[in-house]
Amino acid sequence: MNVTDISHRSTPAPDHGGDRNPGMALDLDWVMRATANRSAIERRAATLPARRSVKKAHQAAWLARAISCIDLTTLSGDDTAGRVRRLCAKARQPARADILEALGLPDLTTGAVCVYHDMIETAVEALAGSGIPVAAVSTGFPAGLSPFHLRVAEIEESVKAGAEEIDIVISRRLVLTGQWQALYDEMRAFRRACGAAHVKAILATGELGTLQNVARASLVCMMAGADFIKTSTGKEAVNATLPVSLVMIRAIRDYHEVTGYRIGYKPAGGISKAKDAITYLALIKEELGDRWLRPDLFRFGASSLLGDIERQLEHHLTGAYSANWRHAIG
Amino acid sequence: MGVKEIFETMDYGPAPEASGDALAWLVDQGARFGHFIDGAFTGPGDGFDSRNPATSEVLASVTQATQADVDAAVAAARRAQGPWERLGGKGRARHLYALARLLQKHARLFAVLESLDNGKSIREARDIDIPLAQRHFYHHAGYAQLMEAELPGQVAQGVCGQIIPWNFPLLMLAWKVAPALAMGNTVVLKPAEWTSLTALLFADICRQAGLPRGVVNIVTGDGAVGEMIVKADVDKIAFTGSTEVGRRIREATAGTGKALTLELGGKSPYIVFEDADIDSAIEGLVDAIWFNQGQVCCAGSRLLVQEGIAERFHAKLRARMDKLRIGDPLDKSIDVGAIVDPVQRDRIATLVDGNSEGDIYRAACALPEGCFYPPTLITGLSPASRLMQDEIFGPVLVSSTFRTPDEAVELANNTRYGLAASVWSENINVALDIAPRLAAGVIWVNGTNMFDAAAGFGGVRESGFGREGGWEGLRAYTRPGGKNKPLKSIAPFAGEEAEPQLVDRTAKLYIGGKQARPDGGYARNVYDRSGKLIGQAPLANRKDVRYAVEAARAAKGWAAATAHNRAQVLYYIGENLAARRDELAARIDRLTGKRSGGAEVDAAVDRLFTYAAWADKFDGRVAQVPLRGVALSMREPCGVIAALCPDELPLLGLVSLMAPAIAMGNRVVLVASDPFPLIAADLYQVLDTSDVPGGVVNILTGSHAELAPTLAQHMDIEAVWSFSETDLSAVIERGAAGNLKRTWVNDGQARDWMGAEGEGRAFLEAATEVKTVWVPYGA
Repeated sequence: MNVTDISHRSTPAPDHGGDRNPGMALDLDWVMRATANRSAIERRAATLPARRSVKKAHQAAWLARAISCIDLTTLSGDDTAGRVRRLCAKARQPARADILEALGLPDLTTGAVCVYHDMIETAVEALAGSGIPVAAVSTGFPAGLSPFHLRVAEIEESVKAGAEEIDIVISRRLVLTGQWQALYDEMRAFRRACGAAHVKAILATGELGTLQNVARASLVCMMAGADFIKTSTGKEAVNATLPVSLVMIRAIRDYHEVTGYRIGYKPAGGISKAKDAITYLALIKEELGDRWLRPDLFRFGASSLLGDIERQLEHHLTGAYSANWRHAIG
Repeated sequence: MGVKEIFETMDYGPAPEASGDALAWLVDQGARFGHFIDGAFTGPGDGFDSRNPATSEVLASVTQATQADVDAAVAAARRAQGPWERLGGKGRARHLYALARLLQKHARLFAVLESLDNGKSIREARDIDIPLAQRHFYHHAGYAQLMEAELPGQVAQGVCGQIIPWNFPLLMLAWKVAPALAMGNTVVLKPAEWTSLTALLFADICRQAGLPRGVVNIVTGDGAVGEMIVKADVDKIAFTGSTEVGRRIREATAGTGKALTLELGGKSPYIVFEDADIDSAIEGLVDAIWFNQGQVCCAGSRLLVQEGIAERFHAKLRARMDKLRIGDPLDKSIDVGAIVDPVQRDRIATLVDGNSEGDIYRAACALPEGCFYPPTLITGLSPASRLMQDEIFGPVLVSSTFRTPDEAVELANNTRYGLAASVWSENINVALDIAPRLAAGVIWVNGTNMFDAAAGFGGVRESGFGREGGWEGLRAYTRPGGKNKPLKSIAPFAGEEAEPQLVDRTAKLYIGGKQARPDGGYARNVYDRSGKLIGQAPLANRKDVRYAVEAARAAKGWAAATAHNRAQVLYYIGENLAARRDELAARIDRLTGKRSGGAEVDAAVDRLFTYAAWADKFDGRVAQVPLRGVALSMREPCGVIAALCPDELPLLGLVSLMAPAIAMGNRVVLVASDPFPLIAADLYQVLDTSDVPGGVVNILTGSHAELAPTLAQHMDIEAVWSFSETDLSAVIERGAAGNLKRTWVNDGQARDWMGAEGEGRAFLEAATEVKTVWVPYGA
């Protein structure tokens, strides 16, 4: 794709439907034009939860939608095959069968299961026949500071092991020192290594210093062919926030306007309440539109969120507040 | 719709706020309201229905006040005022604190009632109107507490008549009542006839809070009741509403000695530079023009976009508009509620339908039944388009483009109004350069519609005068203490005939730094006490006023000069005046027939030094607003000030007005002492040798009575002061209604020019406007 000057553009590019983003040449003019006014963005983020409210059946439906978009995740040093199998069982049956039955959504599953490379095979096996993809974090996750050729090789190994989605981490130093071409090249290489597997670019926004850097890094990764952009590894001091999300999804919107390709969005880390999940869905609905409220374009990277949603769903059905132990552990 | 379907559609569904408690409160009051006078509700009388504009259901009936009602309310306020003021600031602070607490405790009741009565969204009522109203009472409880210590010598105005609009019913009440009560005033307040209910609930709160009876009185009714209040025996009128009504109030109060503040209409520019965060600027517009259905005096209703990004900006804006949700104001997921009344909706429709220029875009959102108007954008308008100039007061945004920062300022200021402005740029140099150059009382950098009790709010030009909020807002509700002393009139000395002078001295006018003959070619003889001819003073006419104002307007560089530089010029004038002390003293003695000329020259030199000292010390401040950022209260010169100088002290009187005005960066048109005009000729010689740039000081001589109306009505003058012995207060205040210029008149009262009354902060405040510049930041 050629460099496109967006400054004079008012009609959106032809829509490519669900086609995969092929990427485009690095358009540094566009990247450098990207700005993000923190105060204004924080004001929008702060008022959004008060501007939209979903109640009753709508709330239950939205929470079910949230479940369908969860990348149920375990990324711990003490992960074992048993732990991962348990998580996969939860992904297949994200809430008690009687609850899902009552909602009319008996086949509801999470969006994916997300694990380290060594757990891929176990997960693939455990999820066989469910249609739930396995996502693997990669490229020296979470810091991304291992040798470049090993990071690329890690992707290739994970794809070989059966991961359908690869969550890569970018080199934060390239953003912090303004090496956009190098970031683009790195992302390009990662994308190539992924082959048919979809690639999510983790920006580690908590380590990028400014929202402007978040906006620019988002654009560079999309130009280099990212299928998803993702906030965080979950290991940074600050993970997904609404202001960061606003910046990233506005970049996604601009990219779609210019290229016609839809990029997915994955906030990860720190989203643990059903209410927060609804706020995120409303944010996506408002800023990107309903098409993005599907697991092919939106995921939550979360581990404890599901439990809170289950309790809320039971409350919706019974009118009584629920308890942890009434719901199966993942 | 079942969960399974919604799972696919992902619709919001209804999220209604319960209105039961608010409706129950109305029923408990009998759904028929009288007035709140002297601490009790009167029985309901003849009146009108108050309706929910979203459904047109009747909420309650409200009484139309009669003259007797207004008289009773004013009398109650008058009785209560002395004891209330004598209670002291600390005692009043307790009452204000109690009101704030009660507003907070009943926050949801107020919010729901406001939404029902006005049609605004429950979110805005709940998250903006009511919290800001509480904050106003808390903050002003603090001013009451600090009044004696921090405002020594200031006393209450007395009884305040307050007339508020329907767009922010409770919030505007808070803005009016809190400062008035804090400073020891009592009030008679009239809410707008469409939205009286929260004011009546507030009255109920006053009763619960144990506020002394008569301190707050609320009378309901239409504009006729407002007129009764304006004419009543009150000491001050505070009005928020349309420029048209504000102008009538200015005329009606002219010469009555009633203090007046007006917060009027606007057509506030919203300037977007190409380096702005465009998505945030668009989201800002939602808060600027679709906040409260655009029924906001300071709404960013005039979009000015840099040409290079305009097309893309408008496309993004249209897409954003389509996402707005319009509907039941009590629904928590609504962005745009109902227009307050069908009258207003029809007014908006008429204005928009009457426009044939540009491209009109209406948001593609479903429009419910009831009193609603769709969010609308009209692009491609030019400054000459009517809709770029007239206030629409609805959810209609008009747009034009600019090329350069200078052009942005020029277009932004091309308006009769001057309430607020927004500037969007990521470049601090651009934003902070543009903000002070905009003719507006409030500037938001990368933001819009930010309000706080600690920051002044109010306009310039035809958006009115006076500030609400902050220390500067307290000025409207206080006056200097002390007894009034009527002025004695001074007649010029008469002479029998013109005796030949030793050497003819030809006094002239002083315009644009040059001596000028009067346009009319007339002069009058000036005699000394013994009837001997001293010389001829030129008689300026309206043409001379015009030339002088043109010269003053042209000398705009003075406002941009550094304060240090202005101080140097003032010192220099003082120095040169001192050098000619004896000559000037002799002239003054001969003109006035007294022997105080020497003392007067000394006082004038001193005064010049005083304002030279002040020139770079009358600082603004940073208001403590709840925001990561700063709200700067900047002191700016008013612009061109015309002043009719005191008659009795021809040199000191003139210097006492000239010096503070030019020290603050204004240019002046001064009319010298009417009976003793010849001192002007000496003074302009001094100015000529003191590096005063041409046009900064212009001096006319002639009849005060003749020149006053021309000055007062001149549209290119920002303020008129009169300390003339001729009683011109009414003429000036009435004439000033034309462009709503600020006035400062003596109301026939004397001032001790030789003493402390003759100089100081009062003069500096009159010579400046407070501009609040909000600068939120964040890396």
